Amino acid sequence: MITKMSITNIHVIDQNSAYDFYVNKLGFKLVDDIPMGPETRWLTVSPPEQPDLQLVLFPVTVSKMFPKEIAENLIDLIKKGIFGCGVLTCTDIFATYEELKAKGVEFIKPPTKEFYGTEALFKDDSGNYFSLQPLNNFDNENNI
Amino acid sequence: MTTDQYPKVYLYRRIVQAKLFIDNHYADKIDLNSISDEAYFSKFHFIRLFKSAYGKTPHQYLKYVRIEKAKELLKNNITVSEACFLVGFDSLSSFSGLFSKVVGQSPSGYLKHQQEIQKKISMTPLAFVPSCYAYQHGWLDAKNSNFEEPDI
Repeated sequence: MITKMSITNIHVIDQNSAYDFYVNKLGFKLVDDIPMGPETRWLTVSPPEQPDLQLVLFPVTVSKMFPKEIAENLIDLIKKGIFGCGVLTCTDIFATYEELKAKGVEFIKPPTKEFYGTEALFKDDSGNYFSLQPLNNFDNENNI
Repeated sequence: MTTDQYPKVYLYRRIVQAKLFIDNHYADKIDLNSISDEAYFSKFHFIRLFKSAYGKTPHQYLKYVRIEKAKELLKNNITVSEACFLVGFDSLSSFSGLFSKVVGQSPSGYLKHQQEIQKKISMTPLAFVPSCYAYQHGWLDAKNSNFEEPDI
């Protein structure tokens, strides 16, 4: 019986830059940062209130998993913004939007009222995008 | 509805500025009254709006940030007393009391636990990485790999 998701990947182009984005801008908690040789590290973070879910900031580098051609193609697709990495939940979407914007996060779509609720879309430092939605997205009224 | 259309955008921006002020000045003596003054709010209006946006009052949020920062410092092997003052507490006893209440462990117990984890990581880093990932990265092939196949 599957009980929960514990680890998932976010493919990133540069781990140092991804660390800065996820920890310092999004406010995720660092879980592991373990050097695994001169150029790579085991780097995982968790959403602030979800410590049992680790996101692996997985570098796309030429390796056993990514032969050169695949790594290059994958990097190209990430940069083009092809990959959506999921929905992130926040207490208040307008406050979160204003805060992330003030920190330099690039939004593809500002908070917008859709038929399914209010949603914003932003990109990480590599080009992956996330949907941002309020905790209770059935209520589209402003809290403030 | 886009950004410039949602109501009271100026209120959101002022509340966010207050939150970022706490994020950047948690180690200082922060007077929450002066933050509400700077944001042109009455104290009670400010507290209500802040809690509405962040789920915590400004004071609760300040305490939360200080304890989270203290945990980070202790993970990096900073002493309990240094961590206490670096995150803005004046009194070691009030820091220890709050830390224990929030984290469920005393600061010294937390520090000791983190030191043990760091020691294990330095001795057997691959023990902290799921072996499927280590395999994909080729880390198991390294000459200095500490990964050992379990006996079956």
